This record gives sequence, structure tokens and C-alpha cells, in this order.
Amino acid sequence: MNPNYYVVLAAILFAIGVVGFLVRKNALVLFMSVELMLNACNLLLVSFSRVHGNLDGQVASFFVMVVAAAEVVVGLSIIVMIYRVRHSANVDNENLLRY
Amino acid sequence: MTTLVPLVTGGAVAFWICGPIMVAAALGMILFRKAVYSALSLALVMVNLAIIYASQDAPFLFVVQIIVYTGAVMMLFLFVVMLVGVDSRESMVEKVQGHTVASVLAAVGAFILLASYVGSSLVPGARGVEAANATYGGNVQGLAALLFGKYVLAFEATSALLITAAVGAMVLAYAERLKPRLDQKARARLRIEDFVTNGVHPGPRPSSGVYARHNAITSPALLPDGSVSEDSVSQVLVQRSGLADPNSLAAPTRKAFAALETAQGEDEEEL
Repeated sequence: MNPNYYVVLAAILFAIGVVGFLVRKNALVLFMSVELMLNACNLLLVSFSRVHGNLDGQVASFFVMVVAAAEVVVGLSIIVMIYRVRHSANVDNENLLRY
Repeated sequence: MTTLVPLVTGGAVAFWICGPIMVAAALGMILFRKAVYSALSLALVMVNLAIIYASQDAPFLFVVQIIVYTGAVMMLFLFVVMLVGVDSRESMVEKVQGHTVASVLAAVGAFILLASYVGSSLVPGARGVEAANATYGGNVQGLAALLFGKYVLAFEATSALLITAAVGAMVLAYAERLKPRLDQKARARLRIEDFVTNGVHPGPRPSSGVYARHNAITSPALLPDGSVSEDSVSQVLVQRSGLADPNSLAAPTRKAFAALETAQGEDEEEL
């Protein structure tokens, strides 16, 4: 299997994640888009690990997963906290830092 | 990689089945209006990604992807979607003119950049990780040798990161109690105060009525003078279906008694 296909697939997924992050307004869906981009990078890391014939890429992918898990825990609790105060998960409403 | 038919490997089959599903599910994720559908689409992407990992000789990542991403992260997402409100619809009004078009253009640019530049850095053909996997007797053993050898410092830093994240989540989720907790004594005092000032009965409310053929919570209790006790039926039930008429509830019993009495009278006449 030519690794080029995996690169294109990862690029497509990353681009979809970019669109989702820029267009959507729900903070949760934004977060999911970030996860999608991270997953696209993981796919690329695993594919390049196969291209180079060593396992370093897979270890890097594993670290990305760990960081993503930690990020999700903190990010989601921030979203829940904002929702408690503002009763909205819409990112356009969050303007507390403006004033 | 296993060869199924000449020139077609298992990896290719997995790629051409899972790849389109992944792209479709990812598109669904950003197009669905409801956050729950988005979360489920993302879970589908992740499961398919796990299959692609498996086809690329990464069995450990295959399992971790399913357990950590699909199992833990996505379920956390679903829990938060449940907390934050499943049906909180988002407005699609653009705050900036041409925002969507510009975003799509930016994403297309990112795609071209990634696909062309990363793709051009590839050397033709892949070496495959079979040899690397076999060095320590397996994929998991090989990853362990790297994690606890070359990358042990990064691994230790990860543990610090996870602890920090757990503490952070606890701090963020902690909500200080604004009013003191009402214990039994305080509640009893409030009830008696309510009785003294407003005359509200401090004891429990009367239970629902018990008739010979009805004892549902919708049937009202009767007071000693035969009138209906409004307190015996929950206000919610009254608003939903109205207060049941006690006469109609008692009617079958009265009819049965009347029939019995006439039958008794006939028996006495026969004697």
C-alpha cells in the first residue's frame, strides 16, 4: 500500500477538522474538530513509522493520544464551567475577556 | 501485510473500505446540527482509524485508539453533551461576512499544502515495521522498549501532565456551596415557622383515596363530610388530567352493593 494514500487521507481529515473548527459555533463541536485534527496527525505518524521502518512514530502517536486525553479532560470541564455561568455553549457569547 | 490476491493487500482493502467511511463521517461531524450526532460521527471516524492502524502493523495503537479515544474520550464528550444540553441549537448567522467561504478556502489551502509538501517528502515505497516489531518479539514489546528506554523522560513528563489534568478538572468542577445545607432540624423549624405565619399544615399531606376498585394516586381522598380533599392528589396530575370524580370511582361499588341488596331481598321473599 503506497503511503501517499495515507498522507492524502490524513490531509483530508485535517482539512475537514479545520473547516469544522472555523465554521461551527458550538464549543463542543469545536473541540471534536480539534480531536479530528489530532487523529489525522496520528494517522500520519503511524504511516510514516511504517515508511521509515521503526516504531518511533507509533510512540509519538501514543504520546499524542495521552496529551489529547488530558486536554479533553481540562477542556470539557472548562466548557461545563462556562455553561454553568452563561447557560450557553456558543463560542460567540464568550466575551468576558473583552471588558 | 497479508496478500489476499496478487497486488491487493489487506491494508489496501482496509484503506479503501475505511477511508471513504472516515471522510463521510468526518463531513457528517461538521455538518450535523446536533452535537450528539457530531459526537457519534467522530466515534465512527475513530473506530475506522483504529482499523487502519491495525492494517498498518500497529496492534497496540489499534487497541489504545479504541479504548482511549472511542471508549473514554468520546464517552466523556457524550456525557458533556448530555450536561450542556442535547438540543441547544446553534445559530448559523455569520458574524463576519463571508466567514464560511473563507474558512473552506483556508481548509482547502491547508489540504493542498499538507498533501503536496508532506507527500513530496516521501521516499517511494515503505519499509514496513515487521522487522522493527520482530526485534523485541512483538509490537507491544518494541513500543515498551522505546517508551522505557529512549523516551523515558517524555513518558515521565506525561505522568505529570495527567496528574495536572486530573487536578485541574477537579478544581474546575468544584462548585462552592452558596447557601448552608438544610439539615433535618432546620427543615422542621422552617415547617413550624410556615405553620405559625401562614397556617400551612406542618404534617404530611393526606394520601390518595382508596376505593374498593381504585387506589391509584390520581384518585382523590374524601374528607369526613364527603367532600374532596384537594391536597391528596399531586398538583401535576391534576393539571395533566384533572381531578377524578369520586362519585364515578365509587359508582361500580355502589351498583354492586345495590345488586346484592336486591338479591338478598328476593331470597328473603322466597323464604
